[in-house]
Amino acid sequence: MRNTLFESLTHRSLTEPAPAPDGSALAELAAKVDRAAQARLGRSLAIREVDAGSCNGCELEIHALSNAFYDVERFGLRFVASPRHADVLLVTGPVTKNMREALERTYNATPDPKWVVAVGACAVDGGMFRGSYACVGGVSETIPVDLHIGGCPPSPTDLLKGLLALLEHVGGKG
Amino acid sequence: MGILDSIPHVKAVPSHRPWPRAIVTEAGWQAAIDRLADGELTLLGFWGEPTAVHMAMRDAGSAAIAVVTYECPAGTFPSVANRHPPALRLERTIHDLFGLVPTAADDLRPWLDHGAWGQSYPLSGGNASRDVRPYQFLPAEGEALHQVAVGPVHAGIIEPGHFRFTANGEHVVRLEQRLGYTHKGTEALMQGASLEAAAKLAGRASGDSTVAYAFAFACAVEAALQIEAPRRATLLRALMAELERLANHLGDIGAICNDASFALMHAQTGVLRERCLRAADTAFGHRLMMDVIVPGGVRRDIAPDGVSALRALVAQLRKVFPRLIELYDNTASLQDRTVTTGIVKAEYARRFGAGGYVGRASGRDFDARRALAYGPYDALSFEVPVLEAGDVNARVWIRIREVEQSVALIEQILDRLGPGGLETALPARSGGGACEGMALTEAFRGDVLVWLRLDGELRIDRCHLRDASWFQWPLLETAIEGNIIADFPLCNKSFNCSYSGVDL
Ligand code: SF4
Repeated sequence: MRNTLFESLTHRSLTEPAPAPDGSALAELAAKVDRAAQARLGRSLAIREVDAGSCNGCELEIHALSNAFYDVERFGLRFVASPRHADVLLVTGPVTKNMREALERTYNATPDPKWVVAVGACAVDGGMFRGSYACVGGVSETIPVDLHIGGCPPSPTDLLKGLLALLEHVGGKG
Repeated sequence: MGILDSIPHVKAVPSHRPWPRAIVTEAGWQAAIDRLADGELTLLGFWGEPTAVHMAMRDAGSAAIAVVTYECPAGTFPSVANRHPPALRLERTIHDLFGLVPTAADDLRPWLDHGAWGQSYPLSGGNASRDVRPYQFLPAEGEALHQVAVGPVHAGIIEPGHFRFTANGEHVVRLEQRLGYTHKGTEALMQGASLEAAAKLAGRASGDSTVAYAFAFACAVEAALQIEAPRRATLLRALMAELERLANHLGDIGAICNDASFALMHAQTGVLRERCLRAADTAFGHRLMMDVIVPGGVRRDIAPDGVSALRALVAQLRKVFPRLIELYDNTASLQDRTVTTGIVKAEYARRFGAGGYVGRASGRDFDARRALAYGPYDALSFEVPVLEAGDVNARVWIRIREVEQSVALIEQILDRLGPGGLETALPARSGGGACEGMALTEAFRGDVLVWLRLDGELRIDRCHLRDASWFQWPLLETAIEGNIIADFPLCNKSFNCSYSGVDL
């Protein structure tokens, strides 16, 4: 059984864009990200994700970037386990007061040059949690932000578009 | 016999629906604690207001549900936690938010309050301040013991929390969790909010359970206002709830296998999860289906091509999923990691009233869809799988069986989806002062409880949201004991408790 399964799995390529309505748009976007990554970076970009108080909806979609449909690793975009290995911090949530210090410390532990991307409506300006006694508000009120990606949560395609924008920005800055 | 027949109470609150609520004296409160401690009653929820505390309870035998309220204008109430440990974190939370003091409490360390809010007791309405002391973890002493501290920022893409392990070599002697990092003040933001704004906030208690929360919130409002959502709307609600369950179980089954170093399963279930989310997007216009369920019904109908997208999803799952089950079942290296790892004792699951796959993998036969038979589940047929082993493997198998049940439920719902209205209009006002409602729905990780009181203008006076994780997180501390630290991610993933859902 196991062998049959392996065969059936390896026969079709899962990394192809999905046969979904936006499949061709996704392929086009993927190609653009790929070109930009190669042109601007010539190396891989290491991303550290930091949940600074999100509802976890944003995390679900960031996870989806690694599934076989989006497979961001093919562009050299990698999620890493430590801020010390990261070029980019992908930050979600309305930055709760209980997470502010941890976010600052994570930022300080990330070597320069580094970029911060605020992901989701909460990370942009606090979203629905703006004004709470327990939240700071947008990520930029705690650490400097290079790019905001809105949405509640942003879809994986929105996230890819944002990362493309960042790659272009990295090129400009570098 | 109802719960309140055996608990002395002063008066019943007529505007509370659908289950009774009564105000009790200290004797009544103690009687309720006695019955919780001796296992006759299961704690469903425990929450505060500036001068009152409430407990929702379920009779294990008769399945009756009731709420008891102890009014405490002097700011103290008899501790529940010192007799009934499942109440502990909720009791510490009540103190953090309202400043109410549980008398004779053994443990009054802060839970949500990390001393960073700039104020004490934010929901108390007063401005009393609190002693700030360094947080004390519980001690574990002995030769050769050492501590390992993890978090709040973890290595993976997951929510923040702190774990303090005390280990003897590789073996965990004690795990203590410290949460609260994602506390957003949700219940405070709800106070005075319109139903629309509050429904959106409820749907963001835990993003992976947004449908289950919006569902429970809507049912609580409908109970309070004594209205019913149209039949078609309830079917669409259940359709979304089952899609949400499917997507989460698929993602987690793969993630558990991934933590046991079996990445192939993760890749395969990741594809199926993505197909679920895309079908949900086609059908309801949002991949996680946020903000579709509203008090009174559903905000939008299923899209014309939604039905065919869901039928295609079901066909795909019926084809691929059995092969994945076989793969799980036949991979000895996986079984080697999951069998007998992270055991939750049946007695603990019962005592804590653990819901979802954590309870059902340890012999606790409770599922809110069946136990409370809320619409439309009262008219749908499905099975609730239960196992006894209580290990990581049993939790995986419960999820596998639930995937199969959800697929069958989605088919049944699609077959029954006749024409009909989507929303029952809400009254402009409650028609006579405040009214209260409570509801439970079954999220993928267990039962979610919503309790609320609306004022005459249908604004939220007080709303409490209780995630299943409150009664599961403490069991993770017991499950890891005696296991090696390296197996923690595996155990943790097999629970997948919510952080945001309990931090709120
Ligand atoms: S933006 Fe939306 S999905 Fe993301 S954390 Fe905020 S509420 Fe959750």
